[in-house]
Amino acid sequence: MRIVIAGCGKIGQSMIHSLVSEGHEIVVIDSDREVIDCVTTNYDVMGICSQATSCKALTEANVGSAELFIAAADSDDINMLSCFLAKRMGAKHTVARIRSGEYTSSDLDFMKKQLELSMVINPERLTAKAIYDILKFPSAVKCESFTRSRFEMAEMFVKPGSVLDGASLSDLRSRSGASFLVCAVLRGKSAHIPRGMFILRGGDRIGLIAAPEDMQKLLNNLGILQKRAKHVFLLGASRIAGYLSEELIRSGNSVKIIEKDENRCDEISAQLGGGAVVIHGDGAQHEVLDEEGLASADAFVALTGMDEENLLISYYALDHGVPKVIAKLNQEAYHELGEQLGIECTVSPKRITADVILQYARALQSSMGSRVETLYSLMNGTVEALEFAVSSDFEYTNIPLKDLKIKPDILLAGIIRGSKNIIPGGEDIIKPDDKVIIIAAGRKLCDLSDVIEQ
Amino acid sequence: MKIKLVLHTVGKVLLLEAILMLLPLIVAVIYGEGDIAAFAISIAITAAAGLIFNLAFKTDGKALYTRDGLAIAALSWIGISVFGALPFIISGSIPSPADAFFETVSGFTTTGASILTDVEALPHGLLFWRSFTHWIGGMGVLVFIMAVMDKAPDRSVNILRAEMPGHSVDKFTPRASGTAKILYYIYLALTVIEIILLLCSGMPLFDSIVHALGTAGTGGFGIKADSIASYSAASQWIISVFMLLFGVSFNIYYLIIAKRGREIFKMNELRTYLSISVAAMLIVALNIYPIYKSAADAIRLSAFQVSSIVTTTGYATADFDRWPELSKAILVILMFFGGCMGSTAGGLKMSRVTVLMQVIRNDLRHALRPREVSSVILNGRRLDAQGEKQVLSYFAVYMVVISAAFLLISFEPFGFETNFTAAVSCVNNIGPGLAGVGPSLSYAGYSVFSKLILSFAMLLGRLEIYPLLLLLSPQIWTKR
Repeated sequence: MRIVIAGCGKIGQSMIHSLVSEGHEIVVIDSDREVIDCVTTNYDVMGICSQATSCKALTEANVGSAELFIAAADSDDINMLSCFLAKRMGAKHTVARIRSGEYTSSDLDFMKKQLELSMVINPERLTAKAIYDILKFPSAVKCESFTRSRFEMAEMFVKPGSVLDGASLSDLRSRSGASFLVCAVLRGKSAHIPRGMFILRGGDRIGLIAAPEDMQKLLNNLGILQKRAKHVFLLGASRIAGYLSEELIRSGNSVKIIEKDENRCDEISAQLGGGAVVIHGDGAQHEVLDEEGLASADAFVALTGMDEENLLISYYALDHGVPKVIAKLNQEAYHELGEQLGIECTVSPKRITADVILQYARALQSSMGSRVETLYSLMNGTVEALEFAVSSDFEYTNIPLKDLKIKPDILLAGIIRGSKNIIPGGEDIIKPDDKVIIIAAGRKLCDLSDVIEQ
Repeated sequence: MKIKLVLHTVGKVLLLEAILMLLPLIVAVIYGEGDIAAFAISIAITAAAGLIFNLAFKTDGKALYTRDGLAIAALSWIGISVFGALPFIISGSIPSPADAFFETVSGFTTTGASILTDVEALPHGLLFWRSFTHWIGGMGVLVFIMAVMDKAPDRSVNILRAEMPGHSVDKFTPRASGTAKILYYIYLALTVIEIILLLCSGMPLFDSIVHALGTAGTGGFGIKADSIASYSAASQWIISVFMLLFGVSFNIYYLIIAKRGREIFKMNELRTYLSISVAAMLIVALNIYPIYKSAADAIRLSAFQVSSIVTTTGYATADFDRWPELSKAILVILMFFGGCMGSTAGGLKMSRVTVLMQVIRNDLRHALRPREVSSVILNGRRLDAQGEKQVLSYFAVYMVVISAAFLLISFEPFGFETNFTAAVSCVNNIGPGLAGVGPSLSYAGYSVFSKLILSFAMLLGRLEIYPLLLLLSPQIWTKR
């Protein structure tokens, strides 16, 4: 598929990384010569050094024949305008990054319609949502939901010495009395899709799929449920902090924000209308953190613009017994470093946004057959969880799963049929209009029929 | 440098060379002149070496950094030259390995300098192989691999950069393989058109193919002792025009295909290239008119020789060594200029000439009005200070290389003119020089040492110096 990306900051680059590895043809437009030199050296893409709104550059990028145009420049206005121009020049789908908090959702709907945008993405809002989901369910390091929240997907670490350490999966299922599935295990650097006899070990990172009620039941019965965080401590009053606080306050949590820039403190305090405690101080100084009662917080989220600061202060918070610590990191390489420091829970705005774009691109590719509805990357990007809507022309409906030849390293993890959710066994069948959740390790799926060995 | 990855890729290149040698094998079979066995054995040796390299060195890491790209280009070119020399040695046509290596390097680097004193004695298979090396070397063997590869590894653009002539690589499709494919399609199409036109002008089929291959790569190996002189005026005109066409940046052809022809007018490199060529043609034509006494002949000979030298091809229709001093001076100066960036031509490249001229102009203006701000424009875009610096430093290194080559071959008892033009001609990938290496003579008289120096000079010129020069640096051989 031909994709044009206009504006190539951090987000743009991580999109390029994942889209190139999926084999798309990519043209990048950016006004910074150094950025263009860097991406054209690192990836097999074509670079054009120009303003994203220049018609000449858009023509040179052959936007008219592009299936997807993504505007990810810093400025919302430029993104809107370049998407509009690209659409007029014949780009099939346009995606704009619009991140100003000023726009309400009805504003965005209006703009989407008028500018004929296919999608609006706000990386900060997406990140805030991801953090909020984790805070709601702090036992996990990552938590996602599928269609209408019928299924939840949680990633968590097996703590050495916990009930999970040394337990086999079939054993766990009989012990917990809940219906669930361990769909992926990351041990060291290699990801497995486990079978029933698989024995968990301390340090494993596992992916669980279950209905929300079963998830609670499972963790409760195993005694590893962590209470949802009430008192949340945020470091850095970034945009993400703003969105996250709004959500947290709405659901009745208490929020404390520490920010060293006074103007930013004023702004966020006004934005949240006094719903949060905003502290003007340098969070890098532990006295400030201690004074504000870090040790008694339920959760600590580091959201400054500096990865190093986020990592170190998160480590400090962890050391002071904060039960749930989340660090925002931009550098991919730091996630593993974080894990080594014991900061299991890290979020990456880049990866979250890239996932959304990937999901969209996959859905475009598979628009003929069974569509990708949701895509999450799990286990540090080694495993993917995909939700497909089964189309009527899917050939393998109404066949018991045990008779289907499913490719290795692929797991059928769940079926959503109307309001029913099924953790499938060998006798279950796929029906048209079902939603099917597939777990794939080391494989890029575009269509549901790719799952079946031909 | 990732030595395993580099050698693995070099193995791939050698395998490709073995496959490409099948074509001259076919020619040898058709003519049945006793060089069949030479090609068969060479193919077997090259393929075996390629397989050993390719299999023994599994890639140890995907990312290919700049230095790996440079090393791949340098080692691949040395590799194909060594193995490409096998048919000459095995067949006994060029028994000395140093001579055969010189001839093959001269072929792949599209120089066209020959050590053969009697070209016409060579069997057809070897004649074809000589010219075919021009064609392969013109666009580049790594570019070819890129074109046939479906998915290039990350950062593979570093290989393209190291091999493509010119100081920046313009991709016109998102994928490197797509760009490489388009380049080869254009290259092939132009070559085929030239073959057809030459056939129409009455040249025999084999001669047409061989000369078209030589023109396309801007190489210059002929099959006659007097190069192109014995062919009809029409054939000579066709070759002149095509030499000029192959000296034009291939981006221009892409723009025409993509219906963006209007952008061509912004290409000041093309303007410089055409105006310098036309001006040189006129002066030389006027200068040689008294010898030939015919305007048609003077213009034809002048146009042919100027296009041949400016595009670094090196074909000749007259012994320009006997031309007046002014014409010789112009031709020697043109040797430095070369064709456009992104063409198959060698030399300094017109883009760099354009930049250098603007830098000089700006500096002069700056001397008059110290506060004046001026910029260098290349093909419609402003060249930043970094780009300017690269051109200037390339020019400096290039002059050093020419001087070094000249100095090292000055042990030979030949005259200043011979040695100087031999060095200039080899570094710029032209072929003939003046006096002792003039168009009707050859490099046969040089010693083994000088031949190796000149071979190295040709490789330096073709790969634009840095890849090979960096190979000499001990740092590139470490893992860090």
